[in-house]
Amino acid sequence: MLRAAALLGPRLGRRCLSLAASATVPTPNEHPEIFYNKIFINNEWHDAISQKTFPTINPSTGDVICQVAEGDKADVDKAVKAAREAFRHGSPWRKMDASERGKLLNRLADLIERDRAYLATLETLDNGKPYSISYLVDLDMVVKCIRYYAGWADKYHGKTIPMDGDYFSYTRHEPVGVCAQIIPWNFPLLMQAWKLGPALATGNVVVMKVAEQTPLTALYVANLIKEAGFPPGVVNIIPGYGPTAGAALASHMDVDKVAFTGSTEVGSLIQVAAGSSNLKKVTLELGGKSPNIILSDANMDLAVEQAHFALFFNQGQCCCAGSRTYVQEDIYSEFVERSVARAKARVVGNPFDSRTEQGPQVDKEQYKKILGYISSGKDEGAKLLCGGGPAADRGYFIQPTIFGDVQDNMTIAREEIFGPVMQIMKFKTVEEVVERANDSRYGLAAAIFTKDLDKANYLSQVLQAGTVWINCYDVFGAQCPFGGYKMSGNGRELGEYGLQAYTEVKTVTIKVPQKNS
Amino acid sequence: MSSKEKTSSNPAEETIPTPLTNLKIQFTKIFINNEWHNSVSGKKFPVINPATEEKICDVEEGDKEDVDKAVKAAREAFQLGSPWRTMDASERGRLLNKLADLMERDRLLLATMESLNGGKIFAHAYLMDLGLSVNAIRYNASWADKIQGRTIPIDGKFFSYTRHEPIGVCGQILPWNFPLVALVLKMAPALCCGNTVVVKPAEQTPLTALYLASLVKEAGFPPGVVNIVPGYGPTAGAAISSHMDVDKVSFTGSTEVGLLIKQAAGKSNLKRVTLELGGKSPCIVFADADLDNAVEFAHQGVFFHQGQCCIAASRLFVEESIYNEFVRKSIERAKKYTLGNPLKPEVHQGPQIDKEQYTKILDLIESGKKEGAKLECGGDPWGDKGYFIQPTVFSNVTDDMRIAKEEIFGPVQQIMKFKTIDEVIKRANNTHYGLAAGVFTKDLDKALTVSSALQAGTVWVNCYGGPSPQVPFGGFKMSGNGREMGEYGLHEYIEVKTVTVKISEKNS
Repeated sequence: MLRAAALLGPRLGRRCLSLAASATVPTPNEHPEIFYNKIFINNEWHDAISQKTFPTINPSTGDVICQVAEGDKADVDKAVKAAREAFRHGSPWRKMDASERGKLLNRLADLIERDRAYLATLETLDNGKPYSISYLVDLDMVVKCIRYYAGWADKYHGKTIPMDGDYFSYTRHEPVGVCAQIIPWNFPLLMQAWKLGPALATGNVVVMKVAEQTPLTALYVANLIKEAGFPPGVVNIIPGYGPTAGAALASHMDVDKVAFTGSTEVGSLIQVAAGSSNLKKVTLELGGKSPNIILSDANMDLAVEQAHFALFFNQGQCCCAGSRTYVQEDIYSEFVERSVARAKARVVGNPFDSRTEQGPQVDKEQYKKILGYISSGKDEGAKLLCGGGPAADRGYFIQPTIFGDVQDNMTIAREEIFGPVMQIMKFKTVEEVVERANDSRYGLAAAIFTKDLDKANYLSQVLQAGTVWINCYDVFGAQCPFGGYKMSGNGRELGEYGLQAYTEVKTVTIKVPQKNS
Repeated sequence: MSSKEKTSSNPAEETIPTPLTNLKIQFTKIFINNEWHNSVSGKKFPVINPATEEKICDVEEGDKEDVDKAVKAAREAFQLGSPWRTMDASERGRLLNKLADLMERDRLLLATMESLNGGKIFAHAYLMDLGLSVNAIRYNASWADKIQGRTIPIDGKFFSYTRHEPIGVCGQILPWNFPLVALVLKMAPALCCGNTVVVKPAEQTPLTALYLASLVKEAGFPPGVVNIVPGYGPTAGAAISSHMDVDKVSFTGSTEVGLLIKQAAGKSNLKRVTLELGGKSPCIVFADADLDNAVEFAHQGVFFHQGQCCIAASRLFVEESIYNEFVRKSIERAKKYTLGNPLKPEVHQGPQIDKEQYTKILDLIESGKKEGAKLECGGDPWGDKGYFIQPTVFSNVTDDMRIAKEEIFGPVQQIMKFKTIDEVIKRANNTHYGLAAGVFTKDLDKALTVSSALQAGTVWVNCYGGPSPQVPFGGFKMSGNGREMGEYGLHEYIEVKTVTVKISEKNS
């Protein structure tokens, strides 16, 4: 999730970042006005049917930002009905030229760019990520992703097929229909763009549930969707909780597809809900415990900085975090020493401060869970090299933490921590590290640091991961597919591959009197 | 799967030999690691000839322990550095072509066995099932070294490409209506992409799959690449779909079981799932259609293989002005049938697969009578042994009747009347199924409007049911997830891996 950050320079040190920030990032208003806090259905704002609201919290302070309408089953039903109506045959959306869908998406990208500073501010306020990252990384990738899919709208071709016999056969790539999209809190705007872009480019209608921790930016974008001119009912956005609104979507009998990004545990529930209801199509982007393999011939400066970045970026709250750092024996001591120095230099604090590299964790639950993992690491005998505790008196800040001498069977080496906690392990041979790296139920991402072409090719082929980075980490492009092997997910997002998840293939076969090649 | 009488370009000109009279069943055990195994439990189950209700033989009954054994063998064959993983893609293609050669060599034997065990008309088994199976293997064989990843112009100083890697151990659970075809449609793409498979054939029809296993070995596939475990759904099938070391499950069968399989995947290891399930496919005949062509295809569409096709055209919508004539001609056509032993050349319709199906179909026929549909012909069992049912036609069927809503999977045709194109589109789509559909018209606008509007994975225009390995097949809505056949079918058997490499300088 790092495209723009990687562009900032070979080192994402605080000096580079603050320079870049002061050069191009407008000053944020730390107390932005909140315009939208209701449920968005049919291009209109609705209170929850239950009249309930929930508070959204500023994780830097623990204070309530505002109350938000709490969507539940009844609101989901309303939204699905609106979406179904917008998908009806002969509706403005169904009759629209594909190129016009592309135009609407491009207009949405324009509007997001217009309001980029405001959106970046709101993202930081609600999520806690450093404002310069919100502005330079998240918003940049959001706009690029939407523009990328805008371009696909009239280019996702079906095929004509040389079928045997006196027939003429072709395929149409049709929209699936009403797509439920359940998105996480770690990259609220970006995950919204990853899901909306391909769904709308291919002509679907959407009911999106945004994470209860971070509903604000998605609701602001809802208003931009209306402003861009999308017909009512095409995009509907419901803030609410997973076990209520999320479950209602996953088990809804009139939802044709569900796409979910979040934990593997919830991913399993969603697959079961689809199988217990109407067999809706399911795509899942789930957790990871991604190995980052540093071979002894690697460029040490690059490897230390990238391994740091791989884990600590976004407060460690990345599904693809490089949370198992395997370092070859002969460089292990030096690597550990330099990684600790780098982590100790990491600036934790107010995310609106341009010097800040690390803000708070998203909420109290995550904060406590991470501190629990740190305790388990100590209890199970890993060596705590730095950090290990809270980093402030208020807000959910945690010190950048590194464990050395980590063994593969420790809880911190097996479970997803989703926090600023780095595990460094030692390995001897390539064969050994392949076996250890693949010994996980997850298979989301992996990285290799080496100058050796044979090793790079061998490892990138044998690692069980949907994405392999070589001499880099967290490099994302709207052009490149992303998704998991094994229990890290089903299906791919981004790139042309991402379109498959949002289309049904229809084969049309016509009798012809005579075949001519 | 098909109601068309032909698959290759000129099959009618192929001569159909006489079925074997001295068929010996050689293979009745569990096939793991290219070897034959007894079931761990020591249990066996009988395989029945549905035309006579007599036992053909006993087959080893695989259960959870046998599935575990097979998965272990498949996993071992998929290990990094194994002969199968280090094999050239072109060599996988060569092995598949070799397998097709061997099937052609033994075509008569396989067709006889399929007819005997499945109650399938021998001529259909020989021409259609074997023809399509061999073609499908050859089609996929030539894909093996053409499954290309991409290089991708990612932003920044990076070089990005994708590899299309095999998923791993694939569980494949087959139906009884097209035992060999269904096996091939699953196994061929899986193997061409480099996966290993654990196959559970239907308990009613395990024989041709086991014979094919012997050909897999003869063709030279390494041990463990293909494993075949005969057994029942709730035991062996459930063990596959909930197995923690199976990476993918593909199932063809009922929607009810499809739901269970998707749940099992969600409750175990989130294995990938593709499903080819039931249908209640609409066939729409407009007044301007070539009437004889429409009557014949609509008839084949529902009666082919005793109505035991997931794509059966079991909701026939006929425009008001030609309704009476269409019904009359359809009855005439249905009455032309000769029922009997499917191995005999003069027979057009064999038995239903088993007693359970037979009873279910007769029950649905009863419901049709009770709910006020007009029984035009048939409606009763036929003969004094075997599971035969007379070709049955109902007219004046309305959309709310059970026979218009539930999958019958038998030789029972429902004919409904419609007035307008908008009305018939709405009625045709008003079902939780979406597998296939047919449209008969000479009008270009109608053909394009209806084929676009119908919620179905396949739409046939002025024809019905011709499958072809080049063409994707699968369901909208609750008729399934994913596609089989064609290039699209390969997507179901690969994991996409993105590799992104840091480079010092970008050059376009």
